Amino acid sequence: MSQIICDRVSLGYDGNLILRDLSFRLEAGEYCCIIGENGSGKSTLMRTLLGLKSPSSGTVTFGDGLKPSQIGYLPQQTAVQRDFPASVFEIVLSGCQGRQGLRPFYSKADKALALENIEKMGITPLVKRCYRELSGGQQQRVLLARALCATGKMLLLDEPVSGLDPKVTAEMYELIDTIHKRDGITIVMISHDIEAAVRYADHILHIGGDLFFGTTEEYLAKQAAIGAKPGGTESC
Amino acid sequence: MLEKLGLYFSFPFVRYALIVGVLIALCSSLFGVTLVLKRFSFIGDGLSHVAFGAMAIAAVINLTNEMPLVLAVTVVCAVLLLRTGQNTKIKGDAAVAMISVGALAIGYLLMNLFAKSSNLSGDVCSTLFGSTSILTLTKTEVWLCGALSVVVAIFFLFFYHKIFSVTFDEDFARATGTKAQVYNLLIAVIIAVIIVLAMNLVGSLLISALVIFPALSAMRVFKSFRSVTVCSAIVSVVCALIGILLSILYGTPVGSTIVAVDITAFILFTLCGWLLRRRLA
Ligand SMILES: Nc1ncnc2c1ncn2[C@@H]1O[C@H](COP(=O)(O)OP(=O)(O)OP(=O)(O)O)[C@@H](O)[C@H]1O
Ligand SMILES: [Mg+2]
Repeated sequence: MSQIICDRVSLGYDGNLILRDLSFRLEAGEYCCIIGENGSGKSTLMRTLLGLKSPSSGTVTFGDGLKPSQIGYLPQQTAVQRDFPASVFEIVLSGCQGRQGLRPFYSKADKALALENIEKMGITPLVKRCYRELSGGQQQRVLLARALCATGKMLLLDEPVSGLDPKVTAEMYELIDTIHKRDGITIVMISHDIEAAVRYADHILHIGGDLFFGTTEEYLAKQAAIGAKPGGTESC
Repeated sequence: MLEKLGLYFSFPFVRYALIVGVLIALCSSLFGVTLVLKRFSFIGDGLSHVAFGAMAIAAVINLTNEMPLVLAVTVVCAVLLLRTGQNTKIKGDAAVAMISVGALAIGYLLMNLFAKSSNLSGDVCSTLFGSTSILTLTKTEVWLCGALSVVVAIFFLFFYHKIFSVTFDEDFARATGTKAQVYNLLIAVIIAVIIVLAMNLVGSLLISALVIFPALSAMRVFKSFRSVTVCSAIVSVVCALIGILLSILYGTPVGSTIVAVDITAFILFTLCGWLLRRRLA
């Protein structure tokens, strides 16, 4: 049984469709990269997969016992107001909230997990700092640590490396790869970095223009075929 | 001066006023932080006007105990407003403004048409500014206020982390399995309860001040959600205490005095925050 089943999904805002008839399945333990131009609907698709937006038509179903509380999510932009008082630790810890149910307070294990992920992201010195006073890249790492806290079976990342410096970007890809391989977490990542996408992902979903969903090998073969044709251009 | 205070405290209604005042100040400040951060400040204002309208209706149909009706109407409106707030097609702030102004106008109209007392403007004034109502509380009202405040405070304590998650990033909370809508609904109901409670203290016009000033003051100086919440609760309680004592001593209207103290605290905290940043820089 697949973890996510997307059946003939169309997406749009106020009747304007931006994506038509998309069907694909994600199995447990896969690593799927979503690529496509700006405005092609990648973030919208991810929000639909997460149930934050309902599709114009078609259905998105969770299978294989996947529950929202087992999903980690890194949004592309968080609509956090500039004056929100929140420390890095408070934010990362809030990643554990989905699993809490009605329990009012976090356990020692939750706090340890938060500290561990803060350590992984290399932001331990910032633990007590106020989120709104951090740089864009530092904020991105805080939100990634929060996403890792929420991750049980699946991790959805919307442009995780935007705003990170080259060293941290490389580390980030390695970290995601480790999480994928060692813990068997399903990864869905939106990226503009095709090179990294083909290197790490085992499936590619290309949206906008021509739809494509398949394994990385199939994607590369298709690209090679297009490239070989005279006058053919890379479509992204 | 102490003697004078001692004398006043021998009257039970003064003690009631102090207890209720402090409890309401505590509750309103706890949720004030969330309201300010969720950009719901207007809802506080709108709901207080709805409560005013409901009070007018209660007065017209001659209810002896107006609290249940006012509470019910305000809760329903809070839930409705929150719905439209999430609906992108109807602008939330416009809906709030509509209900707020509408309730105020209808309330005043009703009071005018069916007024039984000769001192209409005095009545309206005391509903809006709560001039003396806190000093005329009955024992039952004190118990009701007390019980509701305790419920609100316990709710806040138990759902503190959920309130933080939902306030900080509702999308993330929803995506990762927190029932954000349920908590939003609960928050709306609680806020309605607080506003109805607070009307007894400062009247409907000054409720926003009671809800928002302590939170804004705390946000000048503190940087984490917990410290802001704790600080705004303390500021609110202290300001309410000072305000009530001052109003007893000098015979000033309770609500306006509390708000004046709150404004003073806000100015002090702004100065503090400014000085702190100067020293760090
Ligand atoms: N809230 C909204 N209301 C109306 N239209 C929207 C809204 N959000 C996005 N759109 C439109 O939907 C389309 C897809 O947006 P989306 O954010 O999904 O693109 P994207 O593929 O993530 O782009 P990027 O690479 O820049 O992140 C865009 O054309 C955008 O104009
Ligand atoms: Mg996007």
